[in-house]
Amino acid sequence: MSSNNFLSLFNSSVGKKVIMAVTGLFICVFLIVHVAGNFQLFKADSGLSFNKYAVLMTTNPFIKTISYLLYTFIIVHAIRGIMIEIENRRARPVKYAKYNGNANSKWASRNMGILGTILLVFIVVHMHDFWYNYKFGHTPFTLYKTELATGNLVDVKDMGPDFKMGSKMEEMMAGDYKYVIVKDLYKEVKEEFKRLLWVVFYVVCMGAVSFHLYHGFRSGFQSLGLNSRKYNNVFQTIGTWVFAIIIPLSFAAMPLYFYFNQ
Amino acid sequence: MNITLKVWKQKNNNERGRFETYQVKEVSPDMSFLEMFDVLNEDLITEGKEPIAFDHDCREGICGMCSMYINGRPHGPLQGVTTCQLHMRSFRDGDTIVVEPWRAAAFPVIKDLAVDRSAFDRIMAAGGFVSVNTGNAQDANNILIPKTDADLAFEAAACIGCGACVAACKNSSAMLFVSAKVSQLALLPQGQVERQERVISMVNQMDEEGFGSCTNTGACEAECPKSISVENIARLNREYLSAKITK
Ligand code: HEM
Ligand code: SF4
Ligand code: FES
Repeated sequence: MSSNNFLSLFNSSVGKKVIMAVTGLFICVFLIVHVAGNFQLFKADSGLSFNKYAVLMTTNPFIKTISYLLYTFIIVHAIRGIMIEIENRRARPVKYAKYNGNANSKWASRNMGILGTILLVFIVVHMHDFWYNYKFGHTPFTLYKTELATGNLVDVKDMGPDFKMGSKMEEMMAGDYKYVIVKDLYKEVKEEFKRLLWVVFYVVCMGAVSFHLYHGFRSGFQSLGLNSRKYNNVFQTIGTWVFAIIIPLSFAAMPLYFYFNQ
Repeated sequence: MNITLKVWKQKNNNERGRFETYQVKEVSPDMSFLEMFDVLNEDLITEGKEPIAFDHDCREGICGMCSMYINGRPHGPLQGVTTCQLHMRSFRDGDTIVVEPWRAAAFPVIKDLAVDRSAFDRIMAAGGFVSVNTGNAQDANNILIPKTDADLAFEAAACIGCGACVAACKNSSAMLFVSAKVSQLALLPQGQVERQERVISMVNQMDEEGFGSCTNTGACEAECPKSISVENIARLNREYLSAKITK
C-alpha cells in the first residue's frame, strides 16, 4: 500500500480539507472574540475602554501566543485555499459551454476562492492600517483623566505627535483623579473611517465575509466528517445567523457609525 | 415537437472538439432522450453522415452508462433520473438543447459524448470489494445487522457509477462516488476486515486519477440519479481520518 504514513494525510484530498476546516473554524472563533471586543468602539468614553482592550490584546502573553497561531492559520488557510482552487480548476481543463450551477448548488459554495481572495486583500489592508501602524507606526498617545469617586471621565488630552513612551499604557493616581496615558488606536479608527472610500471598502468586504461563512462554517464541519441529521440544522443555523448575518453586520456597523458621527 | 440540438462532436481525445447543430423533426413527447438520439442517428446514417457517439446500455436507469450533460446539467433538467429515464415531454417544442460530454480531466473523451470512466473501475479495483474466500454461505440470520445500518448501506449501494457527481461538481470531484462505495461496506460486518486499507487505497487512487477535491457545494447530491446523500462524504472523511490516524 502506497504512502500510508500519517503526514501523507495532509496531501490527500481529504486531508487538505481538514487543514482548511481546522484553520477556517479557528478563524471563525476568533471573529467572535474580535467583534465582541470591538463593540467597545461604540462606548461613549472617547475610546478609553477600547484602547485599554487593545493594550490587553497586544501584551498579554497568552493572548499574544494565540494571535501568532491565528496569523499562521490565516496564512496557511489562504495559501492552501488558493492552491485547492487552482488544483480544482485543473481537474476540469475543458469548461462546459452551458453550465447551470444554480440548479444544484449555492453561489457562495462555488465562489469560495474569489470570496477568500477578497478577504485576503482585506486582511492585508486591515492589518497594515491597524495592526502594523499600532505596533510600528505613529499611533499617537492620549491622556484620559477620570474622577476616582464617580468614575466619570473629566478630561481627554491629545499628547501630540512628538510624545513617546516605552510602554503602550501607563496609569497614575493623583489626588482624586486617575490618569491614563494610552496609545490611541481609537483615534486611528476614527480617522480611517472619515473617508467614504474606506467605509465602502470595509462594508463590501464584510459582504464577502458573510458569503464566505454562509457556506464555510457548515462546510468546515462536513470536511471534518461531522455531519449528522441531528446537528446539521444547528451548524447551518449558526452559520447563517451568527456568521453570515450578525457578525458581518456588526463589523460593518463600525465604519458606518464613525462615518455618520464625525 | 421540433428540436434544435447543439451536440459536442470530437473525433478522439487528441482532437479539438466543436459543437454541431442538428434539427430533429417530429419528435414524440413520449420518446426518451436517447430514443430521440436514435432517430437522429438513423437519419444521419441514411444521409451518409456520421452518427453521434454516445454511451448507453440498460435504458432503465440501472447501468449508469448514459452520460449526457444536457443544458448545463448532468442527465438534464429532472432530479433523480438518468438520461435514459428523461423524456422529451420535459422540453418544449422549438427548444434548443445543448448536449455535452461529462467534462473532467479524469474522464477523457473517447468520441463525441462518450467518455472514458475507467478511472472509477481503478478506484473500485483499489479496494471497493470484500475478499471472501469460497465456501458455503452461512445462514444470513447468523450475522445480525441493525436495520438503520442496513438501510444506510443499501442507500449507498444504490450508486450506479454513472459519474454525474463528477460531471456536476465544479471541482470534478469523485467524492460522492467513492464515499458511496466506501460506505456500503464500512456499514456492514462483512466490510470490517478490510475497512481501513480499503478507504486509504480508494482515496489514494481517486487522487491519482486527477479528480478535484470536494468543497462541499452539494451539486453531486442534487444531480445524483440515485440521490446518494453527502452524508456519505462526511462518513468517508471520518473513515479516512481515523484510518490514517490509527493505522
Ligand atoms: C475572515 C477570514 C476567514 C475565515 C473565517 C474563513 C473561514 C473558512 C471556513 C470555515 C471554510 C470552510 C472550510 C471547509 O469547508 O472545510 C473556508 C473555506 C475556504 N476559504 Fe476561508 N476563511 C477566511 C479567509 C480566507 C482567505 C483569506 C482565503 C484565501 C485567499 C480563503 C479561502 C478559502 C477557500 C478557497 C475555501 C474553500 C476551500 C474548500 O472548501 O476546500 N479564506 N474558509
Ligand atoms: S454517486 Fe450518484 S452521481 Fe455519483 S456515480 Fe454514484 S449514482 Fe452516479
Ligand atoms: S442507459 Fe443504463 S442507466 Fe441509462
